[in-house]
Amino acid sequence: MISTLTIPALPEGWAAEKDFKPIGKITKDHATQRTIEPVGPHFLAHARRARHKRTFSEDDRIQAQERAKKVEENDESDISEPEDPMLLARDAKDWKNQDHYKVLGLSKFRYKATEEQIKRAHRKKVLRHHPDKRAATGKTEDDSFFKCIQKATEVLLDPVTRRQFDSVDEEAEVEPPTKKQLTKGNFYKLWGNVFKAEARFSKTHPVPLFGDNKSSKEDVEAFYNFWYNFDSWRTFEYLDEDVPDDNENRDQKRHTERKNANARKKKKVEDNARLRKLLDDCSAGDERIKRFRQEANAAKNKKRLEREAAEKKAADDAAAKKAADEAAAKEAEEKAKVDREAGKKAKEAAKTAVKKNKRVLRGSVKDANYFVAGDASAATIDAVLGDVELVQAKVDPEEIAALAAKLNGLKVADEIKAVWKEEVGRLVAAGKVKEAEIKALN
Amino acid sequence: MSDKKVATSPDDRTVIGITFGNSNSSVAHTVDDKAEVIANEDGDRQIPTILSYVDGEEYYGQQAKNFLVRNPKNTAAYFRDFLGKDFKSIDPTHNHASAHPEDANGAVTFTVKDKEGEDAEPSKLSVDEVAARFFRRLVGSASDYLGKKITSAVITVPTNFSDKQKSALIAAATAADVEVLQLISEPVAAALAYDARPDTEVKDKIVVVADLGGTRSDVTVLASRSGMYTVLATAHDYEFHGAALDKVLMDHFAKEFLKKNPKSDPRENARSLAKLKLESESTKKALSIGANASFSVESLADGIDFASTINRLRYEMIARGVFEGITRLVSSVIKKAGLDVLDIDEVILSGGTSHTPRIASNLAAVFPESTAIQSPSTSATAVNPSELQARGAALQASLIEMYEAEDIDQSTHAAVTTVPHITNAIGVVSRSPSGEDVFIPIVQPETAVPTRRTVFVPAPKDGGDVLVRIVEGNTHIKVTQPAPKAAAANGGSRAAKVEDADDSDADESDSEEEEDDDEEKREKVWKIGATVAEAAIRGVKKGGKVEVTINVNADLSVIVTTREVGGKGGVRGVISA
Repeated sequence: MISTLTIPALPEGWAAEKDFKPIGKITKDHATQRTIEPVGPHFLAHARRARHKRTFSEDDRIQAQERAKKVEENDESDISEPEDPMLLARDAKDWKNQDHYKVLGLSKFRYKATEEQIKRAHRKKVLRHHPDKRAATGKTEDDSFFKCIQKATEVLLDPVTRRQFDSVDEEAEVEPPTKKQLTKGNFYKLWGNVFKAEARFSKTHPVPLFGDNKSSKEDVEAFYNFWYNFDSWRTFEYLDEDVPDDNENRDQKRHTERKNANARKKKKVEDNARLRKLLDDCSAGDERIKRFRQEANAAKNKKRLEREAAEKKAADDAAAKKAADEAAAKEAEEKAKVDREAGKKAKEAAKTAVKKNKRVLRGSVKDANYFVAGDASAATIDAVLGDVELVQAKVDPEEIAALAAKLNGLKVADEIKAVWKEEVGRLVAAGKVKEAEIKALN
Repeated sequence: MSDKKVATSPDDRTVIGITFGNSNSSVAHTVDDKAEVIANEDGDRQIPTILSYVDGEEYYGQQAKNFLVRNPKNTAAYFRDFLGKDFKSIDPTHNHASAHPEDANGAVTFTVKDKEGEDAEPSKLSVDEVAARFFRRLVGSASDYLGKKITSAVITVPTNFSDKQKSALIAAATAADVEVLQLISEPVAAALAYDARPDTEVKDKIVVVADLGGTRSDVTVLASRSGMYTVLATAHDYEFHGAALDKVLMDHFAKEFLKKNPKSDPRENARSLAKLKLESESTKKALSIGANASFSVESLADGIDFASTINRLRYEMIARGVFEGITRLVSSVIKKAGLDVLDIDEVILSGGTSHTPRIASNLAAVFPESTAIQSPSTSATAVNPSELQARGAALQASLIEMYEAEDIDQSTHAAVTTVPHITNAIGVVSRSPSGEDVFIPIVQPETAVPTRRTVFVPAPKDGGDVLVRIVEGNTHIKVTQPAPKAAAANGGSRAAKVEDADDSDADESDSEEEEDDDEEKREKVWKIGATVAEAAIRGVKKGGKVEVTINVNADLSVIVTTREVGGKGGVRGVISA
């Protein structure tokens, strides 16, 4: 339909800046927010653009770049190895001894080569070495190398025969490192490569990695457990002696077959022993195992030391406690003794003080001339001293001391009398002395 | 989407697509970018979603289905739709002849004897557990087929699955040790299965996906815009489905049986009914392939064998109600989407019931001839409708298998998937030889933005300066009335026509009005709307072509780039939003 339609011609007088004139806007309707179904390759492209905030042209460019890169990688992985003239001169009849990977130019890949790579390599080699092509370029019509290529492809494309060949592919072997190599210190790398190569025979995948000196104890144990229980598909059929396929000599055929079977078995046993020795050698030199053992021992020792320390501490604590108790008891005893002595002394001091004070009291009345003018009669003296005795008997030593302090130094009779009167009054008021008892000091 | 996932790193993944249906499930994987449906141990590609327990032995698929006759109590079937639902809201109609769903504090459970021994205690299995067990079998057989353990899958779900149902489904798959990469909707999976076929060019089109299953029919209108799908409308029906067709055949044969044996009605005995149903279903399938099918059951009821045949015409007559219901359902969804049958470019029939030729021919009558009806009976290149969804899921799985789970979650996040869609078409005005302005659409309506489209329009014969006028456009249906004389003649003969309309054309019998429309000429016409921008290309060569590229950005601003094909420079302008 479009073919009959054309774009209209420009009307006369139409002009705009840069030949573009925005006029309206497209209808916006917010109700038309809809959800795209997140399905399909085109949605993936949309999501990629939306998430990386790319425009259409940017995305196209980036995608194109990525695709281009992929093609390049493919080219790179293409097989282009220089051909050894010795190899080219090989006799096809001797195919059993040829290195199939080398014939196809895959010696870099070996057991890692994919089926796709083998097919591609085969094609490439055939294009170069096809007998017709050789004839065309004027070389001799010798197709022995072509046959080598065909045989190599035949062996490598069949998974069974390929495994048989891989089993005995010496080029893929990695020799265990010598002591001299190990002295340089890259123990983990060297042994890691050995086990990486051995891992190709494993029936179970993934094979645990050898790791490095930072590997955890579990990883290292898992590694050695795996390898000591290694389940290998390695077979030695490839090295079999040819079984004569003529029907004439059946015995000979059986003999050869038996011989082959025995040889295979023997080689398999040898291979297992070899692997075991490899592991023994490796684990013997593995610093990690030593370290783990030391750590385990250290942990055990640590426990024992801790226990001993705890016991010692308990004993020490008990002794210290006992000593402290004893010291405390002794101290208490001594203190009691001192207290007792001090008490005795104080009592004596008090007694003397009381005596002294009593003397002061008595002296005071004497100083006051027994409160009479002139010479005191014996009766008066008796009465006054009797009162003093009474007062002294009624009051306790502190009050005697207080009274003595008041009286001490007083020489005037009235003052002394006043003090005594006060004291007697206090005692009467306190009910300690009856008024009647006091004869003179009132 | 889910809380716990069995996360697998992209390198270790083995992915499949799973369609977990209410009646049947299937599993597909991809070989060299082509999807292939995997057959299980029994050689079935459609595996009935049924689990059966006999003496502690678990059976699934067709074997379990056969146990519906002898061991219905310990057979759980039609449980997909119960996932993530309360007991109150489920419809247990289809479980009548198998283990009945039971209420356990609102959760749906089945009580089946799944252990060995005569007096073994029957166990209560939640529907999640049943689904997980079924998944395990499904994935197990796929793993056996591929020789590798399946780690991840894309699973299809109906468009009306709630988030709760989705998480229940993911949980069931996770319990079966399968990482769910993504849940995709069933109609989109079907559309993807068609669009991913090699040498299918990416076109802007409106697609109706009619997913006609065993216990439900879902019809979806999709806008496919440069390979991205947007759902415009959906409808779900639980009345017109495969089981309804089985029912029709069951009644038919039961009546026939009663005629010969008036005393025993096979529908009154559970075992006879199960036999009747099983055989009816295979007769239905046979009728989708051949014009005649036989029906034979040994000891249908009271030990009496029964054999009969039916031809397709008879079947289509007795099942007319169901067929018409499906046609009506499709028409109603198109109306719901605000579209006309003329807007529909493609109808994809998906699901087992779509094998029925009559359904396809009925739909073909409704749609104009330009609409492609993708079903086995109308198109030789159609994909097996039963396999569509599984294929679509497998394709999606192979697309996303190399992404991290987190990446997938981010890409399917609403921020990425919810975008504005333009309402009106954007196009360029061209001139027809008779001098009329004609709209050439560049960007179709309902296209998600950002988007980019290019058209090439020839310049006038003589070349020179041309005007590129960018306008909005709309479609409308132009109805050309027939000549009055013809209408009168039609009216006179209507009575006769209705009588033989029975099995000739379902479209006609839809309504009286439709019948009149038959004579009308209806076509879709573009109407030029408001002008958005104008640009000039000067000095176009004779016989040259003009390339117009329209880039609509996420904010609805438009970049117009136009130039002469092979020419230099060109005009570029921006229309702000």
